[in-house]
Amino acid sequence: MTKIVVVTSGKGGVGKTTTSASFATGLAMRGLKTCVIDFDVGLRNLDLIMGVERRVVYDLINVVNDEIKLTQALIKDKQLDKLYILAASQTRDKDALKQEGVERVLEELKAMEFDYIVCDSPAGIETGALMAMHYADEALVVTNPEVSSVRDSDRILGMLSSKTKRAIEGGEPIKEHLLITRYNPNRVEGGQMLSLDDIHDILRTPLIGVIPESESVLQASNQGTPAIHLAETDVAEAYKDVVARFLGEDKPMRFTEAVKPSWFKRVFGGK
Amino acid sequence: MGFLNFFLGEKKSSASVAKERLQLILAHERNGRSASPDYLPQLQRELVAVISKYVAINPDDIKVHMERQGDLEVLEVKIELPEPGGR
Repeated sequence: MTKIVVVTSGKGGVGKTTTSASFATGLAMRGLKTCVIDFDVGLRNLDLIMGVERRVVYDLINVVNDEIKLTQALIKDKQLDKLYILAASQTRDKDALKQEGVERVLEELKAMEFDYIVCDSPAGIETGALMAMHYADEALVVTNPEVSSVRDSDRILGMLSSKTKRAIEGGEPIKEHLLITRYNPNRVEGGQMLSLDDIHDILRTPLIGVIPESESVLQASNQGTPAIHLAETDVAEAYKDVVARFLGEDKPMRFTEAVKPSWFKRVFGGK
Repeated sequence: MGFLNFFLGEKKSSASVAKERLQLILAHERNGRSASPDYLPQLQRELVAVISKYVAINPDDIKVHMERQGDLEVLEVKIELPEPGGR
């Protein structure tokens, strides 16, 4: 049974594409057949982060418009034979994404027996973002510990529970997971950054992981290697934990050490 | 650190200011999203039609209102019946 997972956030630059790349790679590392789709039509970047930019010939829009076969557009990862990438179009605009076409592509992927389809949503709340979330079974909502990102995530959570197929048809709601990225425990301890508990209190969505702020994310994107491949880095370990928790394993949170709620409460007084 | 905290103690950290601001604005925005779903006017018209079968009421005597209390959504329907002498 194929599961569709959308990686979304509302706000741009919080780490959706970084997360999509590492999450999809992590699933494939577990031996699960995974396809990651870039829904950011006109501003594609997943190909760069995955390091396949020179192998893109056809894209999502070509398939949606029935110009080519899906298999012609799927790019197979060089390292993991269970991982496929479907790039966004660089030349068309977002309105080229038609709902029937997207549904057909997803159905074809299901027929190819993919375990997971990861949809990398564009920023914003327009067509591209709505298409990326429409058919989702689960959602990773990527949030930075910063006011505008938290507010936009709240908006996106509202849309997941009202504008998606599951919401409209009244089925079981989309399973939502909160992923906090660019987290800096030292700044949290100094009272300069919203803590995990603060963000969780506000958004009331189960936390699936915390990715620490780290230089290795830039290093990874410079090389076109998903961050989860960078051996012995906190970011790679944190993403592996996210994948493990997503698959139902019990993993305590890591790289959040400097957060001590009791100390926090003493200084800022309650709540 | 303790010494510093003594002087900064009165002042709120910027993170707690951020949290308070977010809680306020989001409570407001969530209300805006769910305060009046699209179906409320339709529901009101149909309620008037049903109740009018049994009691003569004025359409304005029915008030339908949606409210959010924490995690609960409360649908409030207020129906004012005409005074018995009126009939």
